Amino acid sequence: MTDPSRRQGRFLGELPLLAGPPVLWLTVFFLVPVAMVMAFSFVESYRHGVSDFQFTLEHYRQALDPVYPRVLWRSIVYSAVSTAFTLLLAFPAACYIAFSPPRRQKWLLFLVFLPLWVNLLVRLYSFIVILSAGGLLNRVLQALSLTREPVQLLNTPFAVLLGFVYGNLPYMIPPIYTALERMNPALLEASMDLGAGRGTTFRRIVLPQSAAGVAAGVTLCFIPTLGSFLIPDILGGPESLMIGNLITSQFQQGRNWPFGSALSSLLVLLVMLGICLYLRGFDPTAPREGAKE
Amino acid sequence: MKHRLPQWVALFAVAGLALLYLPMLAVAVFSLNVSRYGLVWRGFTLDWYVRLFQNPYILDAAWNTLVLALVSTLIATVLGTLMALGMHRFPWPASFRRFLDFSVYLPVITPDIIFAVAAVTAFILLRSAWSVFEPGLFTMICAHVTFQIAFVELVVAGRLAVIGRQVEEAARDLYADSWTILRHITLPLLAPGIAAGAMLAFTLSLDDFVISFFTSGPDSVTLPIFIYSSLRRGVTPEIHALSTLIFLVTVLLVLAVQFLTRTQKEV
Repeated sequence: MTDPSRRQGRFLGELPLLAGPPVLWLTVFFLVPVAMVMAFSFVESYRHGVSDFQFTLEHYRQALDPVYPRVLWRSIVYSAVSTAFTLLLAFPAACYIAFSPPRRQKWLLFLVFLPLWVNLLVRLYSFIVILSAGGLLNRVLQALSLTREPVQLLNTPFAVLLGFVYGNLPYMIPPIYTALERMNPALLEASMDLGAGRGTTFRRIVLPQSAAGVAAGVTLCFIPTLGSFLIPDILGGPESLMIGNLITSQFQQGRNWPFGSALSSLLVLLVMLGICLYLRGFDPTAPREGAKE
Repeated sequence: MKHRLPQWVALFAVAGLALLYLPMLAVAVFSLNVSRYGLVWRGFTLDWYVRLFQNPYILDAAWNTLVLALVSTLIATVLGTLMALGMHRFPWPASFRRFLDFSVYLPVITPDIIFAVAAVTAFILLRSAWSVFEPGLFTMICAHVTFQIAFVELVVAGRLAVIGRQVEEAARDLYADSWTILRHITLPLLAPGIAAGAMLAFTLSLDDFVISFFTSGPDSVTLPIFIYSSLRRGVTPEIHALSTLIFLVTVLLVLAVQFLTRTQKEV
């Protein structure tokens, strides 16, 4: 065999041209605009296409003023709490699917995925119907005499967290399922045969074997939740706004683009941080430790 | 194996599925209720569905949604496939390769809201040169294509890795030129990957709200945007019916695709 790289070069010589149009598209509509958003965050003001190109850190100072760090912090806390609850619900569900007969596994997974195809707004709409003052949940609570007056459920942090758990569940179950499904069942039998109880087997075998799946699921839920706009917007109230809502209002009603850009940059920074943490802890390309044991 | 699981594990699985489906089921039930206000059952009706089809705004929005999804998917599938071929069938120098990887992975991990903000920024500047970039269906298509390309590329690249290079090398040894190889070897072998990529792009477009919300104009209302703006006026049985219909149509589409791909595999 000749040197493979030289062979390829000779091989499909015209192919690099193919990448031209998509790279151009991504450059014009994505890479340059994102860079510009970052740049705008350092600009004094920008109104209707006319900008005052005065370098300033004012917008970052403003973003770190007493009011806004609360929103930033809330975004992180909501993402973390909702991801934790999603994990609590998803882990047993993923176990159940992984331990079902193969045919049923396929169907159950399909049922988990199916909602993802339906527009999130359509799915969230049902939560408004259920959580509103005259909604289904209040009726049930009143019927059970748990409350006499309607409880405020919509536009509360509770509704936002519930919305996140609901929206993220289909992202959390499959990676955990995949990790569990790949697990060698002989490990479980060996563990039980050697006298380990259920708890020990779970702690020493199932948990470490599923760690990569859990890490992937947590990342898939936590990071998109940080920048979420829709769920806090329609299920939350003014007290549960997140950074995504703040950015939207700066770009739409507030018309303070440089400040919105600064917030966007902070969000990107947070997301990058999250991804770096994930790659540090769980390099998906690295060989899995559990597999060796 | 199943007997090893404690009972409460199954209970969690049922709770999870209930959370995923019960809310939509409730909306579906109330979309058939005669009563306009509240949740008291006053009898069965299909009236709200009939009204949907008489509402020109909703029909317009449905048409826009479909055009947006179809056109953007078409463009993104072509561009994404080109990207995958250009990236993975040519020995790029490592540094440029990293730039290509970066420009593919970055859109995947970028939050929707950043995407939306970037798109708006791009369109504002482009608008001063070309008036086609006024907010409308065209800008929405551009924005959707931008986030779809990366996903198509990833799916097609996965298929490229699976089919390997042996057949291409054999064709090359038989003196086929690059274009012939591409047309007669690579693209036919790649077809299932391209179809899967297109499916993903299509569903991503239907699923999007935030990016459409930022880039749409007064004449390019899509169904999600219509529902969003009618939420300000409160929930109504018409919107129950619309949501239920969107849910059902999407589910039927997905089932049809599943069924089609399954029969294809068996042939």
